[in-house]
Amino acid sequence: MQKDSLLPTTRALAADPREEPPDPGPVISIRGLVKRYGGRAVVDGVDLEVRRGEVFALLGPNGAGKTTTVEVLAGVRRRDAGEVQVLGVDPAVGDRAWRDRVGVVAQTTGAGNALTVRETVDHFAAYHATPVPGGELLDLVGLGATARTRVDKLSGGQRRRLEVALGVQGRPELLFLDEPTTGLDPVARRQSWALVESLRAAGTTVLLTTHYLDEAAHLADRVGVITAGRLVEVAPPAELGGELRREATVRWTEDGVPREVRTYRPAAVLRDLLAAAPGELPDLTVTRPGLEDVYLRLVGVPEEAVR
Amino acid sequence: MTAPVLTRPAPPSWTRIARARVLLELRLFLREPQQVVFSFAYPVLMMVVFGSVFGANEVSPGVSFSQYFLAGIAATGIMLTSFQAVGMGIAEERDRGDLARLQVLGTPPLAYAGGKAGQVLLSTAAQLALLLAVAALVYDVPLPDDPGRWATFAWVSLGGALAGTVLGIAVSSGVGSARAAAAGIPALAIVLQFFSGVFFVFTELPAWMQQVAAVFPLKWMTQGMRSVFLPEQAAAAEVAGAWEHGRTALVLLAWVVVGTVLAARTFRWRRGA
Repeated sequence: MQKDSLLPTTRALAADPREEPPDPGPVISIRGLVKRYGGRAVVDGVDLEVRRGEVFALLGPNGAGKTTTVEVLAGVRRRDAGEVQVLGVDPAVGDRAWRDRVGVVAQTTGAGNALTVRETVDHFAAYHATPVPGGELLDLVGLGATARTRVDKLSGGQRRRLEVALGVQGRPELLFLDEPTTGLDPVARRQSWALVESLRAAGTTVLLTTHYLDEAAHLADRVGVITAGRLVEVAPPAELGGELRREATVRWTEDGVPREVRTYRPAAVLRDLLAAAPGELPDLTVTRPGLEDVYLRLVGVPEEAVR
Repeated sequence: MTAPVLTRPAPPSWTRIARARVLLELRLFLREPQQVVFSFAYPVLMMVVFGSVFGANEVSPGVSFSQYFLAGIAATGIMLTSFQAVGMGIAEERDRGDLARLQVLGTPPLAYAGGKAGQVLLSTAAQLALLLAVAALVYDVPLPDDPGRWATFAWVSLGGALAGTVLGIAVSSGVGSARAAAAGIPALAIVLQFFSGVFFVFTELPAWMQQVAAVFPLKWMTQGMRSVFLPEQAAAAEVAGAWEHGRTALVLLAWVVVGTVLAARTFRWRRGA
């Protein structure tokens, strides 16, 4: 769809080939991160490494600790325990040079609503060592045609793209994207996804948070499922919930009563079942959990609650 | 898209960002009708009201009401464009998350404060120019022709605006939400105006009010402005029987210092963080 129009003009922005090869170490490294609010641990012992160039999604329900984790990583929130390194620096003591290497997409432009789109990006160019030229930046996020529109006249999707533009204006090595598509309509959502894909293509490491499973599955190289402040699993989307996924459920109806058996060996269950059955087995099915079922079980939602 | 740059020069200096912020603040100020009306045009409105109601009545021989109150109105204008506008503005920016965004950008707090101060000084200068023009042209208030008086006008304005700016930054940290700021700061400003002789002749106020007012900058700014716009013999009618320039300068300077320390120690990019 609109993907093509949003794809990068990467060449103009490509890193200088004379530059040092990228540091092979992790971009983010977390050991035993704890953050408490009034005695309650919102982040409760998280360990995580994010590699250079990957898109990592922190997936979890509201209140799971995603945003707090990102705030600690972005150096705007103190932690209560744990070791944290972001681009080789402890965010709690990150200086301006470090902040210039880290991009954060905020929920606001930071300069009010009375500026035009172009005025906003021109203003914030002054904060960066190596800003992307304004016109180019707006073209990258598909806002070239709205450069002269006031920020308060933008649609939700356009606003979000402006915020993303401001997040990447300084050509960050690492970008934090907190809930990039919450509140967006389906078209704007796809546009945001295309933006993230183009960032990855250009080599930017992205840490995004989301409570949408399909978003994590679509965008991320790896997904970390977080619930109640704990990271319960880290895996590529296709491998999420490995054990849970292999478990099949065999269902049938016997004497008018629905029956079900959970098993890793459904064929064996079926053989026994069929051998014992006098005739047809009504409503016989074998199902394996989809990604969503796996996710719901990982975050500990009781199955009765979603049936 | 924006390929990351792996070796990069140092970020721009704080003065470079402060310059960009002065322009931004001015632009936002001019595009905010509320700000323009309540902070910027309010003193002119006061002048019109006082001038129309009291006209050419005299406070004392040779001193018209318009002339006497121009001093208080000028001082009030400075307080509104500095203390009130800055205090309310920062509380709102903090609530809206603008400051949180500036924080993740690595904005030096000094650049942010510098932007506020620059905007305050420029808008105060424009406001005072407009006020004096209306006073002189419409209400026939005689403006001084002596450079010494204009020098007094300049340092009282500058001291008052700087004190107001740093105190506005400081109060924004203590006041809480933007709603609380919008209710509390103008109320405080109004009370100070009553106590400091902006609405009444200062020497006619009860002594306790005068003493409370003497702690705060507005009374001294108003008195300093009277020494600019009133004839020399009016000094005898002051509480101390003199203009007290030395003490005025000292009080304003003290508030600039106290305000700067308070602002630096309490400034926060986020609420409750």
